[in-house]
Amino acid sequence: MTENKTSQPSGKEIGYLDMELLRFTTAGSVDDGKSTLIGRLLYDSKAIFEDQMEAIERASISRGAEEVNLALLTDGLRAEREQGITIDVAYRYFATPKRKFIIADTPGHIQYTRNMVTGASTANAAVILIDARNGVIEQTRRHAYIASLLQIPHVVVCVNKMDLVDFAKDVFDAIVADFGSVATKLAIQDVHFLPISAKLGDNVVEASLHMDWYTGPTFIGLMETLPVGGDHNFDDPRFPVQYVIRPISDQYHDYRGYAGRVAGGIFRVGQEVVVLPGGLQSTIEGIDFGSESLASAFPPQSVTIRLSNEIDISRGSMIVAVGNLPTVGQEIELMVCWLNAKPLQVKGKYLVKHTSSEMRCLVNEVVYKVNINTLDEVKDDLSVGLNDIARITIKTVKPLFYDSYKRNRETGSLIIIDESTNNVVGAGMII
Amino acid sequence: MEHTTINHLRELEAESIFVIREVAAQFENPVMLFSGGKDSIVMFYLARKAFYPAKVPFPLMHIDTGHNFEETILYRDDLAEKTGTRMIVRYVQDSIDKGRAVEEKGVNASRNVLQTVTLLDAIEELKFDCAMGGGRRDEEKARAKERFFSHRDEFGQWDPKNQRPELWNLFNGRKHIGEHFRVFPISNWTEMDVWQYILMENIPMPSLYYTHEREVFCRDGVWLATAPFMKLKPGEKAEIRQVRCRTIGDITCTGVTLSKANTLEEIIQEVAASRVTERGGRADDKRSEAAMEDRKKEGYF
Repeated sequence: MTENKTSQPSGKEIGYLDMELLRFTTAGSVDDGKSTLIGRLLYDSKAIFEDQMEAIERASISRGAEEVNLALLTDGLRAEREQGITIDVAYRYFATPKRKFIIADTPGHIQYTRNMVTGASTANAAVILIDARNGVIEQTRRHAYIASLLQIPHVVVCVNKMDLVDFAKDVFDAIVADFGSVATKLAIQDVHFLPISAKLGDNVVEASLHMDWYTGPTFIGLMETLPVGGDHNFDDPRFPVQYVIRPISDQYHDYRGYAGRVAGGIFRVGQEVVVLPGGLQSTIEGIDFGSESLASAFPPQSVTIRLSNEIDISRGSMIVAVGNLPTVGQEIELMVCWLNAKPLQVKGKYLVKHTSSEMRCLVNEVVYKVNINTLDEVKDDLSVGLNDIARITIKTVKPLFYDSYKRNRETGSLIIIDESTNNVVGAGMII
Repeated sequence: MEHTTINHLRELEAESIFVIREVAAQFENPVMLFSGGKDSIVMFYLARKAFYPAKVPFPLMHIDTGHNFEETILYRDDLAEKTGTRMIVRYVQDSIDKGRAVEEKGVNASRNVLQTVTLLDAIEELKFDCAMGGGRRDEEKARAKERFFSHRDEFGQWDPKNQRPELWNLFNGRKHIGEHFRVFPISNWTEMDVWQYILMENIPMPSLYYTHEREVFCRDGVWLATAPFMKLKPGEKAEIRQVRCRTIGDITCTGVTLSKANTLEEIIQEVAASRVTERGGRADDKRSEAAMEDRKKEGYF
């Protein structure tokens, strides 16, 4: 192999090595400028390269547009470009000297609730766009509801197209008040408001020259400083075993390591742990990460844990702390977002996938359906179809080791799979 | 207060290791595709870390177009030997000889597209139920919509408008007989992340990525290396320049960049300052606006 050449003294000098990662999802309705905002972010942060810019210039001109349409940058599939709509979740990447960002760009049409839920499931922050001319509309409420349902830690409301309302403060203030009451009702904790013009770039990367009444950060400034460190659960140690490592070699003959990703809390060498199912106790002998040994491990690290005594552990087992056990149960109540055109079958059998375990379940009942425009509970029509959100109860064939989704997004989430098609048909958040 | 944050590279690494371990746990006969380029090298190093001190529990497979940079093959064989990893090689030339694939004609002829035939044949022959690839979502707009676990029907095809939902870290690898999965463990990495990680982990790279003198010629604004099977058009002339590869693939369509970058730090600075995407030098993507989408639907990497 070729030896690497490194100029001295260390790579740290060129920076970037100590950046944090922030994942955010963007939601908005069809014409509120979401793609333009993303195009603007990528362009102004220089994540759009010349060849991509030339390609969208060519495409804009061939479609008769007078100016370059930054939205074309995010339409990846042929059908999307032809129809001028976004069909699927698209992932975008850019970085500033402070942070690396991953955008899950989700389409805003009513029928694509499922994509919004998908994008929201891994996000630290939700960016909701509101057209300044229209204010808070039904779709805004729906996006806010999904952000709260999926427990996205931070919500950033961008009041866009401020240029079309003469950059008026009272327009912005009225929308802030309107959305504020929605946020209170949904118990959204951390909300931020920004007046922007994605098209002109006001308050996106550069501060606006038209709104001296606004003294807050720009969009990028805010996204660079949102606290993301506390977004994981560091209180309840949970380690779903993903894979058992047993080397077939003389050197590591007795090695038995449990590979997985820490789903909650902090694990330390020497710590007393309980292994589920079974409830046998052991002590953490070592935490391995490649050839390194670690003193502790926390979310979202992928490590290998070794225990001091031999216990029967396989994929689907969970290592937890003594004195801090998850709920162990088979009758589970959850909120579900239905993702498939074939409706949920009450008394139907499905597969559930939860952490590293997979098992059959039976849907017992639909408690209520949510009208996501009014946020009311609907009890007179309990049919759950594509894009519906409902509270249901299921019974699993074996006990599940879980926490509520509010407490832990990793051990509180599950997916429902239709065994006949193998497709993912439901996204569940345990209550 | 205990330190409970990790930097973006460690977070991406943790995610990729998780995905690779899911593949080993969920599939009976997975394979990791290896091209000799930086992405597949990084993916392989992540796999080693995922299962250490055990060996990587799946083989690597190289779909060889026969139109390689010599250094790629040397690096590949050396890597397999030093790490004790099984390296399967399947040749596009064999597909052509058997009449399964037809060589393109003309000056821009490339075997890039033909790799799909050889790859799908190899998956069927060796009964692989999952093939991991080093594709990244930031590479190209059709890739931006790809799942980590990407389902392929019995013809090996991708249906981008009807992908399975993928939520949280719950990856669904269930499939019917004859179908398979493509899994992309480094989906969320950018070109910059890959280079920073190579630097952080000090991963040895093929010499092609560093500046060297090479005989090249310029076609449609892209510098290409000369080779016996490359025909020059009238007006094109071969000359010696200081170049390096930004991506490594089939020699017929891998553009090289004029560069004096001789260290990982210099490469990172060059990537940071670059105003053209790495695939800007890839003639295979320039064929049409939907070139990548079309190739992926057929079963390309």
